[in-house]
Amino acid sequence: MLAFILLLVPLVTGCVAAAVGWRRWVGWLCTASLGFVLVTGVVLATRVVHRPALSEFSGALRVDALSAFMVIVIGAIGLLAVCQSVRYLEHEISSGHSSTRRATLYAVLVQGFITTMLLAVVAGNVGVMWVAVEATTIITTFLVGYRRTRGALEASWKYVIICSVGIALAFLGTVLVYLAALHASHGAHASLEWTSLMSVAHHLDPGVMRLALALLVLGYGTKVGLAPMHSWLPDAHSQAPAPVSALMSGVLLTVAFYVLLRFKAIADGALGVGFSRTLFVTAGLLSLAVAASLLLSQRDYKRMLAYHSVEHMGLIALGAAAGTPLAIAAVLLHVLGHGLAKAVLFLAAGEILLVEGTTEIDQVKALLARRPALGGVFAFGLVALLGLPPFSLFISELNMLRAEVHVGLGWVAAVSLVLMAVIFGSVMSHGRHMLFGARPDGEPVHKSPSLVTVPLIGALVGCGAIGVLAWPLDSLLRAAAMVVVK
Amino acid sequence: MNSATYLSFLEIAAGLVILCAIVTLWRRSLRAIVRALAVQGMALGVVALVLGLHHHDDVLIVVGCLVVGAKGFFIPTLVKRVLANEPMSRETSPLVNVPASLVGAGALTFLAYGATRPVVALVSTSAGRLIPLGFATLLIGFFSMVVRRKAASQIVGLLLVDNGIALVAFLATAGVPLLVELGASLDVLLVVVVLRVLAVQLWSKFAVLDLDELQELHD
Repeated sequence: MLAFILLLVPLVTGCVAAAVGWRRWVGWLCTASLGFVLVTGVVLATRVVHRPALSEFSGALRVDALSAFMVIVIGAIGLLAVCQSVRYLEHEISSGHSSTRRATLYAVLVQGFITTMLLAVVAGNVGVMWVAVEATTIITTFLVGYRRTRGALEASWKYVIICSVGIALAFLGTVLVYLAALHASHGAHASLEWTSLMSVAHHLDPGVMRLALALLVLGYGTKVGLAPMHSWLPDAHSQAPAPVSALMSGVLLTVAFYVLLRFKAIADGALGVGFSRTLFVTAGLLSLAVAASLLLSQRDYKRMLAYHSVEHMGLIALGAAAGTPLAIAAVLLHVLGHGLAKAVLFLAAGEILLVEGTTEIDQVKALLARRPALGGVFAFGLVALLGLPPFSLFISELNMLRAEVHVGLGWVAAVSLVLMAVIFGSVMSHGRHMLFGARPDGEPVHKSPSLVTVPLIGALVGCGAIGVLAWPLDSLLRAAAMVVVK
Repeated sequence: MNSATYLSFLEIAAGLVILCAIVTLWRRSLRAIVRALAVQGMALGVVALVLGLHHHDDVLIVVGCLVVGAKGFFIPTLVKRVLANEPMSRETSPLVNVPASLVGAGALTFLAYGATRPVVALVSTSAGRLIPLGFATLLIGFFSMVVRRKAASQIVGLLLVDNGIALVAFLATAGVPLLVELGASLDVLLVVVVLRVLAVQLWSKFAVLDLDELQELHD
């Protein structure tokens, strides 16, 4: 029943929020529901890490180590974003940009968003995964357009059009996988259950599976933000409210990637690793190249963070292309580390926008001197995201590169290192511009509310801790990687 | 229904689906395009109905009726509402002119036949031979989303993509499991509703419905 309760709690919280309307305590109730999700994720992980998967409602809900890990990722980043939403909404209401009614809508949509992401990772059926990922698009469209400015509406228009086409292609890919399974089992009882697809994987028709996987990578890749279907991402992530950007960039992208990993496992059974490797390497390198070229001349710090997500999705695609257990474990660690660091940065960027009133990199100066706490969080977030030790992104990037070299993708590792160096340089120079400098005479040192800084510092400490201590996550990551590597 | 009439019904309906896709490229008036879309939705429903009758599959017959209702009537009505806000309901400035678009559609149909060879080989039923038409409809939808600028044209392109996929799904597997099928159909409906809400907001607040005017966000 645990997986069912996991879905029920955020859903019921959303209903409560809809019934009573926005209050401060409703915000804390929503935060508590995400706390519950995180704790349940940990409980599920301890149950399945060394034991077979939990199955509920005759396989409709299925939790293995990989699902449990994703529940933890959703819980951790969701907790951070939802608790910051309280401050965001109160500020919007007090400044007259938003009404209590709109704040209620926001709270309800965020809970719905969390529920659909959880459904995507605990569903046992790839068709249900598809429905859940598509539902996230519809729900988040209104969150992206929440501020109702011209830019926000334009971003949500692009978002819904591009992602709907992408997800339609993913549907076609799913249909073709079903067709292949129908013929592999001679019409006996083909289903879209992931486990039954895995059991017939070796008998699936290779020609159809090639077409199917290409469509799935293109389709779910749109939601992941992989080039060439990434063009919605910088617009949506820069226009959405900061906590929504944190959720979308930190978890939604990787939830879509999780579905792709499941399909990769099926396709690898039918085709061997060669074909999926070609697709993932192409998408990954293309994403890195796009991110590198557009980060160089970026003038907007929220768009800078968005393109940085394109880079990191490219990196995990390359890690998945290597496909060894070590590589997949590193990919998953990167998913968590990137999620935490990116959420911290988007939330800090939201606070900077709130106090400085601009998203232009040029207009923000000397943050460390003028706002030490906020500037410090932003600085450490950038350090984490750029993959410097002690943060976990350093370990995961290193291990992904090692795995790539190990399977004979040394040239891919070399090209990605060059592109990463370009990105490193441009982000450092943008960051230096925003952070360093002397405080103008007569301007006092501003304090940032501890409601903002304490959770963000906590998340950064967490991101550093999992980089230094392998302990609590190590066995879970190994078990999760073995789910999709045979 | 004997197999000859079954096949000719199926061929006519599937042919109508792609014909309507080509009509959307040929006509410039958005009203005519929406009418073609409605005919296409009905033809798609007929494909499901014919397949359902042939295989004595009650579920597929119900799905066929739902498709006729949703894609033949409801969704085109919604798209027409989006148009009602527009003073100029003509596609005035497509990036590619009509003759070139039609040549493009021909090339895409060839591409669809090439790409779907393994699928057709696997299905090996007479209905399976029509699968490339679904792929071609999908590609034409994709193409029209890229070359057309009006907000409503983009919605039409999205619906073409979706109808093409539905045609492939019906012909290849006689329908994926019902839950997923319903999820997919409901989803298109919701997307169109969402797009209508956004279009109304963009129009009423900023008087924008031409995508060329959506230039606020760029690098």
